[in-house]
Amino acid sequence: MSTVLQHPEAVETPNYLNQEYGWKSWLFTKDHKRIAVLYIISITVMFFIGGIFASLIRVELLTPQGDLVNSDTYNKFFTMHGIVMVFFFLIPSIPATLGNFFVPMMIGAKDLAFPRINLLSWYIYIAGAAFALAAIVLGGVDTGWTFYTPFSSTYSNTFVITAAVGVFIAGFSSILTGLNFIVTVHKMRAPGMTWGRLPLFVWANYATSLIQVLGTPVVAITLALVGLERAFHIGIFDPAIGGDPILFQHMFWFYSHPAVYIMILPGMGVISELVTCFSRKGVFGYPFVAGSSLGIAIIGFLVWGHHMFVTGMSMYASLYFSLLSFLVAVPSAIKVFNWTATMFRGSISFDTPMLYAFGFIGLFTIGGLTGLFLATLGVDVHVTDTYFVVAHFHYVMVGGMVLAYLGGMHFWWPKISGRLYPEGWAKFACLLVFAGFNLTFFPQFILGYLGQPRRYHAYAPEFQVLNVMSTAGASILGLGYVIPLIYFLWSMKYGPKAGNNPWRATGLEWTTTSPPPTYNFETTPIVTEEAYSYHTQKETHVG
Amino acid sequence: MQLPLFPEAASAIASSVDYLYFYLTAVSIVMTALIFAAVFFFALKYRRKSEDEVPAPIHGSLKLEIAWSVLPFLVMLTFFWWGAQIFFANASPPPDAMDIYAVGKQWMWKIQYPEGQREINELHVPINRPVKITLASEDVIHSFFIPAFRVKHDVVPGRYDIMWFTATKPGRYHLFCAEYCGTEHSGMVGWVTVMTESDYENWLAGSGVEGTMAQQGERLFGQLGCATCHQLEQQGRGPILRGIYGSRIQLQNGQTVLADDAYIRESILNPNARLVAGYRTDVMPTFQGQITEEQLLQLVVYIKSLAVQGAAPVSEQSAATPGGAAATTENPNTGGKK
Repeated sequence: MSTVLQHPEAVETPNYLNQEYGWKSWLFTKDHKRIAVLYIISITVMFFIGGIFASLIRVELLTPQGDLVNSDTYNKFFTMHGIVMVFFFLIPSIPATLGNFFVPMMIGAKDLAFPRINLLSWYIYIAGAAFALAAIVLGGVDTGWTFYTPFSSTYSNTFVITAAVGVFIAGFSSILTGLNFIVTVHKMRAPGMTWGRLPLFVWANYATSLIQVLGTPVVAITLALVGLERAFHIGIFDPAIGGDPILFQHMFWFYSHPAVYIMILPGMGVISELVTCFSRKGVFGYPFVAGSSLGIAIIGFLVWGHHMFVTGMSMYASLYFSLLSFLVAVPSAIKVFNWTATMFRGSISFDTPMLYAFGFIGLFTIGGLTGLFLATLGVDVHVTDTYFVVAHFHYVMVGGMVLAYLGGMHFWWPKISGRLYPEGWAKFACLLVFAGFNLTFFPQFILGYLGQPRRYHAYAPEFQVLNVMSTAGASILGLGYVIPLIYFLWSMKYGPKAGNNPWRATGLEWTTTSPPPTYNFETTPIVTEEAYSYHTQKETHVG
Repeated sequence: MQLPLFPEAASAIASSVDYLYFYLTAVSIVMTALIFAAVFFFALKYRRKSEDEVPAPIHGSLKLEIAWSVLPFLVMLTFFWWGAQIFFANASPPPDAMDIYAVGKQWMWKIQYPEGQREINELHVPINRPVKITLASEDVIHSFFIPAFRVKHDVVPGRYDIMWFTATKPGRYHLFCAEYCGTEHSGMVGWVTVMTESDYENWLAGSGVEGTMAQQGERLFGQLGCATCHQLEQQGRGPILRGIYGSRIQLQNGQTVLADDAYIRESILNPNARLVAGYRTDVMPTFQGQITEEQLLQLVVYIKSLAVQGAAPVSEQSAATPGGAAATTENPNTGGKK
């Protein structure tokens, strides 16, 4: 070990991390990079809280009888797992962390358009999370993350309003982040950074922001009405007082289906960056990959009814929602094909981020294709509300989004922290995540077609073997999540210095120092090329 | 150790759903294999050989983009078409389907048969006869799910939902609640017993009854005081109910409505909602909160039994099953209620 590596502080250049010290410098920062770090810490805490609930669920399901905890407790476990993971991890995950950090850098800006609003959005998120955690600590919620009425509005006697307020508040954080991104991408691009030169990660976050701004108010209104109905019995959703419980589902899914795309689109943006960088080649079909993000954002608003095929909705409405659900699969397929084609005649390396990208392509393909089963009317009737659905959306949300998040985190960690993580451990953890994930969720497709309904505390004895496999997989998956947490923390002090551009990637974020200075660039960059111009890249030395 | 990997197929539609499922699975496997193969092949063939190699750029191909947008969509249209066909073919029960009534209540299924039998978490059906189940919920949304039949329908409070199936294989099959409904959701399970026609007749004959559902409804009709205004032969303060079921009713507001289960249910719970032309509002009190969904169904079945013009009151008809004629046992659901 050289002494230089032992004492890196001695040669540290001025950057966003060492510019100021002390808690005030973090809690009152307006630097998008520091706010991104605040978000990383917050959503990591939430992820592990949600993960603890997931573990408790899987341990309970080791045996067919409900024997570890009672039914009320189990129902709270899966509800809080869902609420925490969806609203406090998945939705903010990439936009608020990697998006916050890199969208301004990738377009050559000093910061987001509204730095104060950016900080405000974090405080709002924390306030929302505080309510959600309060609901957990006070005794929990048992409605499922979907808050279906009239169970949530009339029958449940748990902390529904507290949790709904938490989700309601967190929604504003999401709206403000989206608004900030839209304005930033429109107004803050560096000279020469035309729309056609935007990195695909920026396009993906832009499309996500449109959904956040247009969709989130609807779920806020919906949950506000649930709260009002609980408190004042106003008769919106409960048929006993003149309401319509199906109205809730329309309103809830009008947001929550597009919300699925809030969760996956930024992940797709990350994968576009990873596949190009580790193939060292421009993306195949740039306009189609960029445009498909917008396509998903738009068509995604028109398919919510596919959650409701067995509610007794009009057959013709079902027909329409089924057809459009197939249509929304096309832009996702376009992305997968283009990523694959990008690798053709590339120069492919097997660094950890690329392994996550491989994992994403495989698992997202399975997640997407099984979504087609659910769009198919005759089959959906059988598999909806079973473990088939649970498996499908975990393939998209975990196999897709969480892998993209981890891949992106590994890719940009050298830029964020200025340090390299241990490659061997990272590959090992990636393998654990991939193997553990499949062992956890693949058996659930079989369970679903067999007919095991979701949200069952006790289940039929013949389903046990597949459930045990699932629990075994979850244990491996859990280990795969903990290892990166440890080595990322370790690398902040002991990791080798990364240099400006350890991957020899294109993109403006790699032209500045690692970690970047507070205003990102010494001088405003001028862009003269399209994104991913690896063939004309001048800088060839490794950082 | 049991390790089933595929559910039993015990209804007329089960195998048609399975074939479509196999088709979807086959296409998915082919697509996944193609993508995996391409990714693996490219990753190995084009792996980085030297640190400084930089491949030539390839910008894309409009032809390929069109091909891999349009072709998958065409394949998806076959899923759509086939799935819609199954869905539409099974949307409405055939007219000769036999009726069974199910009420979801936290956390049990209460089943009623027109012949008067009642069960909890058990459903008996004969083989090879279409069975139409009218579903009602006493409280929250439930979902009536029989995996072996590949059928499922939500049971939404405040209305009637309809599902149907034709069982094809004798045996006992799971009945699940598929929509999360609170504490004992996973305990809201039961069994469907599919029997041969003769076994079913024996079973009907062997289980004790309190009169047919229509007779139970007729008793309620009297106990609740309905008969005071809704007389059978002469005009009372309310409409004569004989013969109205299945007819079109002229409403106060000029519209007409089909007098079906839903309309009768609504008229009992919310009489002013769609008032028959020529009658005054606020004459009939609401029965919201005063009768159970099971009792409502009995009243509906009773009024339905009056559909045939000139039919004698059901209590005078010979009951369909032995013991049915002895309408003496008190209905436990109406005990003490008036």
